[in-house]
Amino acid sequence: MKLLQNIGKYTLMLTMVFTKPKKWKIFLSRLINELENIGISSLPIVALMSTFIGGVIALQTASSMSNPLLPKYTVGYITQSSTILEFSPTIISLILAGKVGSNVASEIGTMRVTEQIDALEIMGVNSLNHLVLPKIIAAILFFPVLIIFSMTLSMLGGWMALMITDLTTTETYVLGLRAFFNPFHITYALTKTVVFGFLIVSVSSFYGYYVKGGSINVGQASTQAVVSSSVAILVANLILTQLLLLS
Amino acid sequence: MIEVKHVMKSFNGQQVLSDINHQFETGKVNLIIGQSGQGKSVLAKCIVGLYEVDEGQILFDGRNFTDMERFERSQIREEIGMLFQGVALFDSLTVEQNIMFPLTMFTNMTKGEMQKRVDFCLDRVNLSGRNKLFPAECSGGMQKRIGIARAIAMNPKYLFCDEPNSGLDPKTSIVIDGLIKDITAEYNMTTVVITHDMNSVIEIGQNILFIHQGKKWWSGDKDSILTTDNPEILSFVYASEFMKEIRSIMQEKRT
Repeated sequence: MKLLQNIGKYTLMLTMVFTKPKKWKIFLSRLINELENIGISSLPIVALMSTFIGGVIALQTASSMSNPLLPKYTVGYITQSSTILEFSPTIISLILAGKVGSNVASEIGTMRVTEQIDALEIMGVNSLNHLVLPKIIAAILFFPVLIIFSMTLSMLGGWMALMITDLTTTETYVLGLRAFFNPFHITYALTKTVVFGFLIVSVSSFYGYYVKGGSINVGQASTQAVVSSSVAILVANLILTQLLLLS
Repeated sequence: MIEVKHVMKSFNGQQVLSDINHQFETGKVNLIIGQSGQGKSVLAKCIVGLYEVDEGQILFDGRNFTDMERFERSQIREEIGMLFQGVALFDSLTVEQNIMFPLTMFTNMTKGEMQKRVDFCLDRVNLSGRNKLFPAECSGGMQKRIGIARAIAMNPKYLFCDEPNSGLDPKTSIVIDGLIKDITAEYNMTTVVITHDMNSVIEIGQNILFIHQGKKWWSGDKDSILTTDNPEILSFVYASEFMKEIRSIMQEKRT
């Protein structure tokens, strides 16, 4: 029952978010700020995670290559396909749900409990549109950039790990990366990313915006935002995979 | 003038406001007083539309705010300035940006005109030159004055102050009270102050509404509140030893 109530409240929230901004100049300036807060500031963690996980994927695949019938370029192929299909769009989005989601929920939640949102409303500002829309647009615009960056670094990480351990040659690895490459997989990955970006920011904003109480409640809302947006990502991942790859 | 007519409000079945009727007059400092938990802040939030009333009407100079759509309400809200109990300054913006915020949002002023207005407002609250500070770098009293500067930036017709003296020392409280009184007279605003500070009542109370158990219990001015024999008001006004002593001195003088 509470879930249904929350879904209804969340939908109503979105109708308030997606209205015309009062002043486009202010919206653009907030959008640029959010691109930096949500997007650019996430580059280091995405780079770190992608490089190391890419390396681990390559090493694990290489260590399982005991069957002599498997071609040597399989390591590159598996690194490429698991990175593009799942690791970069989904796992990195789950990591971003932790970083960006908690940040968004606590920022908006703190504004709620310190009456800053009431102050906006009293002034006649649509607080949801003013606060949440730039964040959602920033996530939709920048998450695909982050994911492409992640894919590149993950494959680079795989190459570095293989070179350091001398398990294969650059030529064989690159041959694997290019083998059976399906450009639609990039479209699939970026479509998922846009949906995940929207879910992370909108779900986290929902928990922050409707928080009641004080700092403890803001902390709880922040945790709830991360958990719920992660669940939303997993459910959306299943649905999108069915829709885009299997139908 | 703001008129409150038969306002009722309850939360989860518990009646918080019952049939409140009152007029907040233009050009005067109107106080809503009462003990904590009696419904003062709820009434103020109902008036500005942060809470929807269950029954009754709120009229801003004859305009029925209660029945308005969101867009129409926004227009009235542009005429409202509010100082919150916790000040509610935007902590990511500087003092200047805080005061400029409503101007950028709702006016077509040039940057120069906005700067002039910000400087004027800051000067009005005796904080000239503090433009580039962040709220966290300001004292409680300064933050309240910045809150007032932001509230008056748009030349509001209605000013609401929710416990403007909470957390301030008596001397700074008097400065804030004086500022509210002066600004009200200067701009002929309808000012509504929510307080339980007796100093404020005596300093600036021109039209006082006493709320008790969610009802309008008494109304009058600062002179009549000191002489009323209403037992609830007596227990509120003369709660402290200091006020009790003043009362006995006043009674001695009379006899």
